[in-house]
Amino acid sequence: MCASAKYNTRGPALIPRMKTKHRIYYITLFSIVLLGLIATGMFQFWPHSIESSSDWTVEKRSVHDVPVVKLLADSPIPERGDLSCRMHTCFDVYRCGFNPKNKIKVYIYSLKKYVDEYGTPVSNTISREYNELLTAISDSEFYTDDVNRACLFVPSIDVLNQNTLRIKETAQALAQLSRWDRGINHLLFNMLPGGPPDYNTALDVPRDRALLAGGGFSTWTYRQGYDVSIPVYSPLSAEVELPERVPGPRRYFILSSQMALHPEYRFDLEALQAENGESVLILDKCTNLSEGVPSVRKRCNRNQVFDYPQVLQEATFCVVLRGARLGQAVLSDVLQAGCVPVIIADSYILPFSEVLDWKRFVLIALQEIFSCLCQASMFARWFWEAYFRSVKAIALATLQIINDRIYPYAAISYEEWNDPPAIKWSSVSNPLFLPLIPPQSQGFTAIVLTYDRVESLFRVITEVSKVPSLSKLLVVWNNQNKNPPEDSLWPKIRVPLKVVRTAENKLSNRFFPYDEIETEAVLAIDDDIIMLTSDELQFGYEVWREFPDRLVGYPGRLHLWDHEMNKWKYESEWTNEVSMVLTGAAFYHKYFNYLYTYKMPGDIKNWVDAHMNCEDIAMNFLVANVTGKSVIKVTPRKKFKCPECTAIDGLSLDQTHMVERSECINKFASVFGTMPLKVVEHRADPVLYKDDFPEKLKSFPNIGSL
Amino acid sequence: MQAKKRYFILLSAAACLVLLFSLGGLQFRAARARARRQQPRSRHGPQPAGNERPWPRFPDALRPFLPAEPPDAGGYDAQLSPRQKRDANASVYKGKRCRMESCFDVALCQRTGFRVYVYPQQKGEKIAESYQNILAAIEGSRFYTSDPSQACLFVLSLDTLDRDQLSPQYVHNLRAKVQGLHLWNNGRNHLIFNLYSGTWPDYTEDVGFDIGQAMLAKASISTETFRPRFDVSIPLFSKDHPRTGGEKGSLRFNTIPPLRKYMLVFKGKRYLTGIGSDTRNALYHVHNGEDVVLLTTCKHGKDWQKHKDSRCDRDNSEYEKNLGTETLNCKEMIRGLLIRYDYREMLHNATFCLVPRGRRLGSFRFLEALQAACVPVMLSNGWELPFSEVIDWNQAAVIGDERLLLQIPSTIRSIHQDKILALRQQTQFLWEAYFSSVEKIVLTTLEIIQDRIFKHISRNSLIWNKHPGGLFVLPQYSSYLGDFPYYYANLGLKPPSKFTAVIHAVTPLVSQSQPVLKLLVAVAKSQYCAQVMSSRFLPYDNIVTDAVLSLDEDTVLSTTEVDFAFTVWQSFPERIVGYPARSHFWDNTKERWGYTSKWTNDYSMVLTGAAIYHKYYHYLYTHYLPASLKNMVDQLANCEDILMNFLVSAVTKLPPIKVTQKKQYKETMMGQTSRASRWADPDHFAQRQSCMNTFASWFGYMPLIHSQMRLDPVLFKDQVSILRKKYRDIERL
Repeated sequence: MCASAKYNTRGPALIPRMKTKHRIYYITLFSIVLLGLIATGMFQFWPHSIESSSDWTVEKRSVHDVPVVKLLADSPIPERGDLSCRMHTCFDVYRCGFNPKNKIKVYIYSLKKYVDEYGTPVSNTISREYNELLTAISDSEFYTDDVNRACLFVPSIDVLNQNTLRIKETAQALAQLSRWDRGINHLLFNMLPGGPPDYNTALDVPRDRALLAGGGFSTWTYRQGYDVSIPVYSPLSAEVELPERVPGPRRYFILSSQMALHPEYRFDLEALQAENGESVLILDKCTNLSEGVPSVRKRCNRNQVFDYPQVLQEATFCVVLRGARLGQAVLSDVLQAGCVPVIIADSYILPFSEVLDWKRFVLIALQEIFSCLCQASMFARWFWEAYFRSVKAIALATLQIINDRIYPYAAISYEEWNDPPAIKWSSVSNPLFLPLIPPQSQGFTAIVLTYDRVESLFRVITEVSKVPSLSKLLVVWNNQNKNPPEDSLWPKIRVPLKVVRTAENKLSNRFFPYDEIETEAVLAIDDDIIMLTSDELQFGYEVWREFPDRLVGYPGRLHLWDHEMNKWKYESEWTNEVSMVLTGAAFYHKYFNYLYTYKMPGDIKNWVDAHMNCEDIAMNFLVANVTGKSVIKVTPRKKFKCPECTAIDGLSLDQTHMVERSECINKFASVFGTMPLKVVEHRADPVLYKDDFPEKLKSFPNIGSL
Repeated sequence: MQAKKRYFILLSAAACLVLLFSLGGLQFRAARARARRQQPRSRHGPQPAGNERPWPRFPDALRPFLPAEPPDAGGYDAQLSPRQKRDANASVYKGKRCRMESCFDVALCQRTGFRVYVYPQQKGEKIAESYQNILAAIEGSRFYTSDPSQACLFVLSLDTLDRDQLSPQYVHNLRAKVQGLHLWNNGRNHLIFNLYSGTWPDYTEDVGFDIGQAMLAKASISTETFRPRFDVSIPLFSKDHPRTGGEKGSLRFNTIPPLRKYMLVFKGKRYLTGIGSDTRNALYHVHNGEDVVLLTTCKHGKDWQKHKDSRCDRDNSEYEKNLGTETLNCKEMIRGLLIRYDYREMLHNATFCLVPRGRRLGSFRFLEALQAACVPVMLSNGWELPFSEVIDWNQAAVIGDERLLLQIPSTIRSIHQDKILALRQQTQFLWEAYFSSVEKIVLTTLEIIQDRIFKHISRNSLIWNKHPGGLFVLPQYSSYLGDFPYYYANLGLKPPSKFTAVIHAVTPLVSQSQPVLKLLVAVAKSQYCAQVMSSRFLPYDNIVTDAVLSLDEDTVLSTTEVDFAFTVWQSFPERIVGYPARSHFWDNTKERWGYTSKWTNDYSMVLTGAAIYHKYYHYLYTHYLPASLKNMVDQLANCEDILMNFLVSAVTKLPPIKVTQKKQYKETMMGQTSRASRWADPDHFAQRQSCMNTFASWFGYMPLIHSQMRLDPVLFKDQVSILRKKYRDIERL
């Protein structure tokens, strides 16, 4: 700032001396420029160095230096939590506002130390986990440092464990937070609620309307759609590295690893063991451990000593019983070990049950043995990795749940929450998932891509117009240098005929979702396909109606793995299998035009336009990838080229063509990251095709040959 | 020259300076902006100096929140035992705080399974049609028992649907009548259906009698009074709602782009004062007359003129304007009809339909929108949406907030078209799976309750929210989704690669030349065959594979045909894939369904005398269908294949698949064996006709769907060398 002011004074003063003293002038000029540069450079880095130095002091700061707040004995106490609170009654949604990102903003109060009148601290300032949790929030995209823009407030008063705090004073501390306002939009995290002797299932600290993310809610204290049920974090998660176990049989069928079980439960478990013998293992606290060995990491069965939590990996099912509290940290250990938890805790609200589908793998009857327990184990491990692993994971999942409530239309999907990566990767969710057979009456729109072959185009138009279900014909005129023929020259047909002129001669124009297409079904047809009979086309449309989410075409093609070259190969020979149909004549849903134009992955579209080839292969890849389904080849048709045209295609031309198409397959497979095409061995024919039956009674008698 | 050089240097220096200034200026502005942003932070609350960072990372060795030794270790005496705790909860949490744990006796169900008892109807008790339908649906379901000692759930035969005291359907003295029931037991294990409760002016959710510990299946229930996992929220349905079957969803095809003429519509009454009037009174703010059309009328009730506000006349005229001019002259009644028609037009031409609360939280608009494939935009704060326990409404509706009414247009405009496409399809799936008939609503309610009782064998959220839906997927079959034929794509799995052949044999084996032996050999030779069994009626437990090839003993099949059919089935694992096909048609002269075995251009059934289908359909056939239909099939010893086709098409909403077969199949079928002779019998044929009509009436509609195609091997009958063909035997005669 001061550097720039300096130029202002010096700059004009130079001008009169300029003519005479060149040398001095030059030196001054350059020194000024140099100075300026240095100053700017300083300015660039100056504020940063201030910031980092302040950082440095903060890093140095300790929780013991935070300001002290004295709570008077008569300072206000919030009301007890209101059980009837719901998002629409106790949550101020106006604070969150409408924003394009659909993200809530979370503010964290700065840390203070609270003491009572006598100077005795109200609680331990902050625990390691709560510090981690607040750090995680401040690093996340939910965080805001502007209290006026915040929609959710997180106090820095640690209430994770009710045992460590004084209830009345903590409540008073909450009440004097600057934006408390009856606790509206405040979020408290608590993992261990209640205290002896009756152990309430929700935090006892009066908190008025504040939201509670609690571990160990029962169905009576959980305010559905308002509170968030979170897991009890297990510190072992950070301490112990348990590698994921390969799926396979495990040594024990049922294992119980909790210490301090109520004798009533222990009695039941022992009965279970007596019934099942070796396959049931019940562990307890070790009594005769040598000094220095942490008792948390060992479990014993009579005199046998086991490492905990490693032993959990040896079991298929692990029992998670309620203790004094409903939420148990052992659940996290069990999931980490990929053991399927058997949760026995009446009325317990499972962690994140609002979004996680625990029924996918927990609570399975013990008597049955399942064909694939490996999946259950995979789910257990995935839940741990995504939502239990660290305090950070717990905090972010909680915020995301609240976010989803406030912006429900942008909520994260069930699959996103629940499917392990392996399933996410291999599963397909078809965008046209509803089983529908569209009515015949709608008909289809034929799209003819043409350049300049007017004569053959007119023949195609005449032929196609004979198909009963044709409702519109669209000619995509791909030639920018030549105008389409005059209206009077076009063949007169019974359906509307529209000509669309394109801006560029690109193959992709064939798959553009033109507004003129008013039907669901689209027939893409080349301007030289004249051999398809009206019956064949009509039948193709009827088949498409039964499979509206697939490509339905005539000649089929195949992709093969070339073992010698170690890559994919395109095959147009007469094989017993098909995995693609040519789009020289194919029915498909208009939706795929939209996908092709706007959602084609990678640079496939450009590749196709640059090579002037393979647009049909790209379409086959796209549809198979998004639906997970094969194409439907109809009728025996193998080739489009009429017999007299074959002479034009030389053998060599054909060869290069095949090489290029093989190249396309390899290119597309690498862009998609997988080979989505599905190989099938069937084609669709009319029910009475080639049956010994009077031709005139058949619906589609005129099905052409090869 | 010199001057030029000088000027050049001067110019370049000036340029440098300008550049520097601008750079410096930018920096300065940025610094000022930064300072400004930091200001408000320090304005409130005493902040420690230098605390510019939002959340400092404390390097201290902080204490873990969880002490190493759990505090509740030992000291059992201080604690209640789990059993005592359970008992204590059960005695405390009653009435409004009822849960399954405290107000429901699960033991009753564990003894006999989930059985529902309906009290016998008393003479002189008036029961409205809707409640009659509910009771009929329960009595027709597989859960029904007429023996109260076998029952786990009890349903009253007293009409509790309409508890609005001003309503003509209101049943008086319900309190006394209910208390007089000897099985009442303070409502324990009872289920009470209710559509309307409370009345003007406050519309409380009180049903007007003491329900004790009974569960409520109630429409328009609010989240405050809803007892989670105890009550069931059901949709509000009209008295015209069909008992079974029901109308299909109105979506026939997916349009691209998925937008319709209107973005958002609503048409309905407006309450000028009192509960629930605010939202509808504010709708005009959002109405723009173009693509957001929200029409309200004040004209309803006797004394609307008394409360009428300044907007009423304008709203009323706009509400009626859309009728078109010619209808304005008509009589009141006709106008009423036309209003409805016009409203339907709007429904079907709108992408989103507003569903604001009325006096009560739920309204008929909800189901109307759902059926019309118009994505509902909910404006009903605190309404526990229908079947919210299992249905993920975010996949089919936009849940708005009454407080944010003005944001609704921008919110729905921000929804991506792909999402709209998915939302719309989901409305149709949900409508047909759970809402289209009273029977479906009742069965869904019962299944939800059953899932709560048998937690370890209940449906997960995926089953409820994906086609074919919870009513058709019985969790008792397997807890693993991969064992059902519907979820291969969702789980990224491939359909199984082996099948089990089950041959239905009735004649004793006497000679080596019996066709059944040939069949055995042919089937066993198939590369996909895992197992051959001898009777179709063996328990399905013995079938080790998911695919079942069902055969009659007189079927003639070659190994190639079996192989080919199986590869086809792998592409369509949820359907029946088989050889001989039959068709149904509507017989106009007799006004009933007809059955034909003639060779036609289409088919809708595939005979299970030679067909491959998923093993799950065995289970569904046995456990889903009512005893009445199964008994009929057993008595006739006929029609089981028709019933199976009905069932599979009802589940999949798709036709079966016919694959090609050798020509001689039909001739042999008509040939010499005892069973085949039955096919020539005209009685047999008449039986099948009447079977079809009985089945169709039970389903409430005709589930069969026609197909016009047959699947052949790719090179079938092509003029190429037979050596090229993989399935060449199929062509040989």
